[in-house]
Amino acid sequence: MTSIEAQVLQPYKYGFVTDIEADVVPPGLSEDVIRLISAKKGEPAWMLEWRLKAYRNWLKMAEPHWSNVTYGPIDYQAISYYAAPKQRPALESLEQVDPKLLETFAKLGIPIEERKRLAGVAVDAVFDSVSVATTFRETLAKQGIIFCAISEAIREHPELVQQYLGSVVPYNDNFFAALNSAVFTDGSFAYIPKGVRCPLELSTYFRINASSTGQFERTLIIADAGSYVSYLEGCSAPVRDENQLHAAVVELVALDAATIKYSTIQNWYPGDEAGRGGIYNFVTKRGACRGQNSKISWTQVETGSAITWKYPGCILQGDNSIGEFYSVAVTNQRQQADTGTKMIHMGKNTRSTIVSKGISAGHGQNTYRGLVKILKGAEHARNYSQCDSMLIGDQCGAHTFPYIDVRNSTAIMEHEASTSKIGEDQIFYAKQRGLSAEDAVSMIVNGFCKEVFKELPMEFAVEAQRLLGISLEGSVG
Amino acid sequence: MTEHYVRDFQTFASNGAAGAPAWLREIREGAIARFAELGFPTMKQEEWRFTSVAPIAETRFTLAPAAHSPLPAPAEVERLQLGAGPRLVFVDGGYVRGLSSLAGLPNGVYAGSLAAALQAGPSGELARAHLTRLAHWRDSAFAALNTAFLADGAFVHVPAGCVLAQPLEVVCVATAGGSDGPKVAHPRGLIVVERGAQAVVVETFASLGDGVHWTNAVSEVVVGEGARVEYYRVQREGRRGYHVATTQSRQERDSYLGLHAITLGGTLARHDITTVLDGTGAELILNGLYVLGGSQHADHHTVIDHARPHCASHEFFNGVLAERAHGVFTGRIIVRPGAQRTDSKQTNNNLLLSTEARADSQPQLEIHADDVKCTHGSTVGPLDPTALYYLQSRGLSPETARSLLTYGFAAEILGRMRSADLRDRLDRLVRAELA
Repeated sequence: MTSIEAQVLQPYKYGFVTDIEADVVPPGLSEDVIRLISAKKGEPAWMLEWRLKAYRNWLKMAEPHWSNVTYGPIDYQAISYYAAPKQRPALESLEQVDPKLLETFAKLGIPIEERKRLAGVAVDAVFDSVSVATTFRETLAKQGIIFCAISEAIREHPELVQQYLGSVVPYNDNFFAALNSAVFTDGSFAYIPKGVRCPLELSTYFRINASSTGQFERTLIIADAGSYVSYLEGCSAPVRDENQLHAAVVELVALDAATIKYSTIQNWYPGDEAGRGGIYNFVTKRGACRGQNSKISWTQVETGSAITWKYPGCILQGDNSIGEFYSVAVTNQRQQADTGTKMIHMGKNTRSTIVSKGISAGHGQNTYRGLVKILKGAEHARNYSQCDSMLIGDQCGAHTFPYIDVRNSTAIMEHEASTSKIGEDQIFYAKQRGLSAEDAVSMIVNGFCKEVFKELPMEFAVEAQRLLGISLEGSVG
Repeated sequence: MTEHYVRDFQTFASNGAAGAPAWLREIREGAIARFAELGFPTMKQEEWRFTSVAPIAETRFTLAPAAHSPLPAPAEVERLQLGAGPRLVFVDGGYVRGLSSLAGLPNGVYAGSLAAALQAGPSGELARAHLTRLAHWRDSAFAALNTAFLADGAFVHVPAGCVLAQPLEVVCVATAGGSDGPKVAHPRGLIVVERGAQAVVVETFASLGDGVHWTNAVSEVVVGEGARVEYYRVQREGRRGYHVATTQSRQERDSYLGLHAITLGGTLARHDITTVLDGTGAELILNGLYVLGGSQHADHHTVIDHARPHCASHEFFNGVLAERAHGVFTGRIIVRPGAQRTDSKQTNNNLLLSTEARADSQPQLEIHADDVKCTHGSTVGPLDPTALYYLQSRGLSPETARSLLTYGFAAEILGRMRSADLRDRLDRLVRAELA
């Protein structure tokens, strides 16, 4: 082991279990379970129909295995598709939220109580299958912004949900999206009206607590013409020996001149050093730049999960629309990540930027897989992609699989990738200037990721840097 | 769709190929069984995402009788030769002694028919030691089909320390489909350059006539310790030709291989190149150019496998796509565990000259060692308008400026060819294609 590789392991910090009475449906998936979920949510008939349609389609689909990750078979009948903390049905105020839940989110550092106003973030907290609290709703409502749990939106804003749900990720899009469409339990819904600049960062915090459950959340964000919203999601889960499935779907819709900035800090339980346990994170995220001059920007910091399999993408339909993807993915120990983006250029003068930074340590396997597709009508489309990988240790792997498909000769597309390691000479230099080896590594890694971190909202950039330090501990030093 | 090839194989095995040694007959049997099992690839397979071989699968190709009369005139073949050195000529996969010329080859070098070499003697043993060892017919339906119909081919053996002064050329001609329908030939090449030897080998594929035909070629190149090989592969078949090829090379320590693949012809062309750097200190230049127009489709799949430490590979592929042409490039670099100090660079640039042209590019890195330097880059775009403007401001007409820049783009690849004579000839060929 070189001096860069040796350092103590720090256990996963968010691995505690909240002891709370939960309402869990027995494991298994059938039309009855879907009806039960739908009934528990008090959903209208059209929603149930849509779920069943997705389920029937899912039955005909096969689990995809083209990604560059390996895992044992998933038994979809052994998963419980609904788990909720036992509670009174309707919440009037935060005082009614179970203090244990508040405590859980306080432990995670999530400002769920409104007195943490200074944080300036509106939070929707999702615990297992249900949303437990959404803060700052009145402040947002004054501007006409709707920010609530999606199950609530289905009941209270059916016209918006019906118009947009499944319009970006159809119920039959892929195996995991179909599964999600059939059984999704909660998630966030946001609607920003015309011309409104959302005054707060919107945020959802996802927590898996119960064992043998899967989390299937669904997020839908609609930015009407000329509006702006910045949205952040964070995730964590307790330490368990089993693998838990997380199959989410996120849909973004940006109309004329609207901007959506979507940031993710994903820190699901990654499993232990032998690769036992951890979350399977199989997620479909897609944004549609429907309007002219619209913009969708994805920023993700992926440090957790045993397996990450996600490709947040942008469909650039509107002329002059912009798609961006900034990603830092860290795989340590036995983690595997196959992640990247899809940029589909349809409108004229559409532009996309991809910056992906992969860091592999331990036995981690990190794959960038991305698609840039420039269709015939996308006159003067422009893409720039940059994928850099950093390897720490000689047991890990870094892979880059970009797919580039250009069908318009006025388009310009550039892709660059590089792979490197932290050199002993770089560490030596830093140490010679008085830095410890740990500080030197952290400085080099942070410098490597800087282009992505600068895209995150400030508070989260700090959080991301800290998280990165923790994730890499044990591999560097 | 595979059944009639199996039937043709049975006829082939009982007639013309009966003279082959038992070990080869056994390999052929295995290969046809594998082909029947795999069948023609479909676009659902990751490796064939952008290329449909349906036109090949749906056409009833019959096995072209090798080297049948009337043979092409010597002048027609000479025209296809790039230099003036020794040449081996194959017509529809069969060796034609009368059209070949082997003057000027040093003693000890074997260059000639594989079928003849397999008959007996040390050459036969050597061929047996290498033939079908590199080209993985178990993984590829096309390589399996070629192997099943393996009867003749070019066999070049340069013994240890021997230096070939002149380029040795292998010319494979298809006398494309006359009145008796579409024909297929399965040309085979085996090039073994032993320790410390040096050679320049050119393989040219061309068609005489403009009928529908299919060439399904496989070439294996073995580069011994410290050997230096320049291998040129020029595909200039007719616009109604289908061309599927597999090229595999293996390099031992401290060897150098320059592999230059030029694709100009064919309506549908697919070339799989796999190179293994299997000894420390080996160096590879993989250099490719495709110039396509009309409705041509060319797909290049390259794999550079760094199996040992301290190897260097540099790959450059440029594509010029005009009219409705479609170019596909997939390049994978694999760095195996333990292949430390690998230095690998891959570039694929595509020039789109019309709005109908299309390029798909997939550079891929698969890295399992940490002390490596690996980069890849890929671009797709039109001619730079500022460069065009600059040239026009210096008095060039828009057409001249356009053709100068296009030529310059292609010439980047030609510039990496070390043999000046061949480079000049290829330069002329490419310019004719661009005009």
